[in-house]
Amino acid sequence: MEEAIYLLEALNVVKVFGTLRANDDVTLKIKPGEIHAFLGENGAGKSTLVKMIYGALQPTSGEFHWQGKPVVIPNPSAARKLGIGMVFQHFSLFEALTVAENIALAMPGDFDMAALSEKIARVSKEYGLPLRPRAIVADLSVGERQRIEIVRCLLQEPKLLIMDEPTAVLTPQEADQLFVVLRRLAEEGCAVVYISHRLEEVKHLCHNATILRHGKVVANVDPTRETAASLAKLMVGGDIHVVHTPRSQKAGPARLSLKDLSLPAEGQFSVALKNISLDVKGGEVVAIAGVAGNGQSELFDAISGERTLADAGMLSIDGRPQGTVGVNARRRAGAAFVPEERLGHGAVPAFRLSENVVLTRHSSDASLVKSGLLQKSGAGDVSERVIKTYDVRMGKVDPEARALSGGNLQKFVVGRELDREPGILVVNQPTWGVDAGASATIRQAIIDLSRQGSAVLVISQDLDEIFEIADRIAVISRGELSDAHPAGELSLQQIGLLMAGAHEKKEGVRHAAVA
Amino acid sequence: MRLLLEKRSEHSQLMTVISPLIAVALTLVTGGFMFLAMGLNPFEALYVYFLEPLKFFWTFAAEDFWPLEQLAVKAAPLVLIGAGLAVAYSANVWNIGAEGQLTAGAILGAVVPVYFTDWQSPLTLIAMLALGAIGGMLWAAIPAFLKNRFGASEILTSLMLVYVSQLLLDWLVRGPWRDPAGHNFPQTVAFADWQVLPVFGESSLHLGVLLAVIAAAALAFMMARTLKGFEIKTLGVSPRAGRFAGFSRAGSVWFCLLLSGGLAGLAGIAEVMNTVGQLQPKISPGYGFTAIIVAFLGRLNPLGTLIAGLALAISYLGGEAAQVSLGVSDKSARVFQGILLFYVLACDTMILYRPKFVMDRPALAEKPT
Repeated sequence: MEEAIYLLEALNVVKVFGTLRANDDVTLKIKPGEIHAFLGENGAGKSTLVKMIYGALQPTSGEFHWQGKPVVIPNPSAARKLGIGMVFQHFSLFEALTVAENIALAMPGDFDMAALSEKIARVSKEYGLPLRPRAIVADLSVGERQRIEIVRCLLQEPKLLIMDEPTAVLTPQEADQLFVVLRRLAEEGCAVVYISHRLEEVKHLCHNATILRHGKVVANVDPTRETAASLAKLMVGGDIHVVHTPRSQKAGPARLSLKDLSLPAEGQFSVALKNISLDVKGGEVVAIAGVAGNGQSELFDAISGERTLADAGMLSIDGRPQGTVGVNARRRAGAAFVPEERLGHGAVPAFRLSENVVLTRHSSDASLVKSGLLQKSGAGDVSERVIKTYDVRMGKVDPEARALSGGNLQKFVVGRELDREPGILVVNQPTWGVDAGASATIRQAIIDLSRQGSAVLVISQDLDEIFEIADRIAVISRGELSDAHPAGELSLQQIGLLMAGAHEKKEGVRHAAVA
Repeated sequence: MRLLLEKRSEHSQLMTVISPLIAVALTLVTGGFMFLAMGLNPFEALYVYFLEPLKFFWTFAAEDFWPLEQLAVKAAPLVLIGAGLAVAYSANVWNIGAEGQLTAGAILGAVVPVYFTDWQSPLTLIAMLALGAIGGMLWAAIPAFLKNRFGASEILTSLMLVYVSQLLLDWLVRGPWRDPAGHNFPQTVAFADWQVLPVFGESSLHLGVLLAVIAAAALAFMMARTLKGFEIKTLGVSPRAGRFAGFSRAGSVWFCLLLSGGLAGLAGIAEVMNTVGQLQPKISPGYGFTAIIVAFLGRLNPLGTLIAGLALAISYLGGEAAQVSLGVSDKSARVFQGILLFYVLACDTMILYRPKFVMDRPALAEKPT
């Protein structure tokens, strides 16, 4: 029999969810030993496609060929039997168990724990992915956790490895190490599907790129022959609006100041904040960079007042100590907050948009509540104004929040706060999971607010975003914040070192490896 | 063929209204089979159960009006308790012990006739009702405190306190509170004059019926139009967003338990001030538990509990009638209520999911060669 040229082919694959064609007539071919990028905006259909390849979803029509033969992949365990491994963006690890125990859970049949530990140590060393089999997962950095997932796949000797946005959680140095491993795997004949929206990475690493837009394959290109701009144009289907950053005028006095802010960890897997000091002045955007899970959400809760502080002086708004008061008092003092999670934190999924206006503005906006009674017309007016100003698109009048797409809901949630013209704005992950068009709108609105004299603090894991909008940058690592440096004086390399904990005052095990 | 549930992007308005109707229909069909299995004619049995109490609507005979009054009287405690539970459940506060709060309210309210038997004035009535509500609130305060202080599940604590209150009542009426002139029967003195709820005209409709309607309307207004109602709903569906809005979870636990407990206590004292007329070892046919079904059948909307309360009251009346004319145990009423709750919860799935039949794909994984 003739040897098949392609390892995996998708032929006219369609996947329909309700009325949405998440994948529409997708055809693509993957050769052994190639690193193949799936590029596309959020919602373009990348995740749906790989979930079908991994057996987690079934195509509505169309078929897959594996090594030249038609194949149905009914579930992930069948995919693993074929030789397909997948590293998810959100890891599926038990934090209280050791590395070896977590890997053992995914192994079929019986196993010998000692032999498995030895094998893990050997494979991880061979590929330059150092792992201690007996370490407890909860103690490991995000980069190390990703290594567990990769080693777990490698132990099953995959022919195809799927990586879903692997560098979203890594420092630049950790990402470089990962690329070495992926190149080596490809040389050994393993194909890699690499999902990302970081164009530079794809240019740097991949042999082939399939670009998806609205569920359809719009192009198949050799990324090394493209520019980042030409790839972006294919992804979005037009030129991206460039965020316009006027030079910051002379910054005014500090409007938000944190002074030795400390907060104990809330649970076993939360991060304690240690002696965080930072001044955000009127007219500037300060960004806090860092790898996910290093205290960003804890810091947001402490600044917003969802968790109050031990000492009023730890946080001041326009010079007045506000550390011990709650979120509504801080809002009345002129601050506004946008959390990372849109659904379930920034907005109630089951509530209409006008009701979600009441959620954050009931105490600071007299037109919404009069002597304990809700004023529906007032909430409706605000909601319509936000929808119009920030171009929130929706299917019907005043829908429930969960019916909006991620980008449109984020525009609403950010717009709801900007509409108050707050003196201080604190945003956690302003454009996480948001398409390029909405991202540009949101970033522009944030910059415009600061140029009107407000102090803006942005917490983000997206370094491109940070360099695009920030005047000064600080880095958080394991609950400690570095000094804020002017954005022009910091290189990617320096930020990477800070993200890995170079500024931490306490001596201890360096979790993230510094190259 | 497989049945798939497909998530709707928004909740279905239509299903919110018709899901309880589907549940009632399925309950009747299941009940019919139950009667068939018991060797009865299912149509006759269902008629006795559910239509006989409503006969007035097609006979217009004066003697058929009485069951309707009875229906309202039976529905009153169910609505009073159910409306409070509807609010609590909207906030994700699962007060399962309304029966215990009802008992505690009856006990505290009965302090007046037991210790101040001769005190007769309109204030007597007000004092008894107020003490009844306070008794229910105190009893509900225990799970609220345990929940906020120690994180103890209010489902367990409130339920366990039901049995504590019932044993307390049992001890009181057999011991210290027993009527000295009562021939050793386990009961207190009979309530009289201002210790009994006034009735409207010649009917058996008493003040408790009016209180139930007022409570349901007031709570419906609170939930729909006030910031307090908004707070309760927010904390119920999305506690994290509630915290972001500056609402206190502990505060809503206190508020909801005291509110639903107070209304259950009020229902308890109203019940012994009317139907029962004194404290006995058993003062309620499980109104506090049935009200849980009322709250769900009424879509956790206090106004909805008015209709649901009447529907469940029919099952009580029908149970009594069936006992007489069919010779079945009155436990069959509880069985009906249980089946109904099951179907109500099952049908609520349709509000957020769309059922869909799909053809099965052949699930074959070809082994790689």
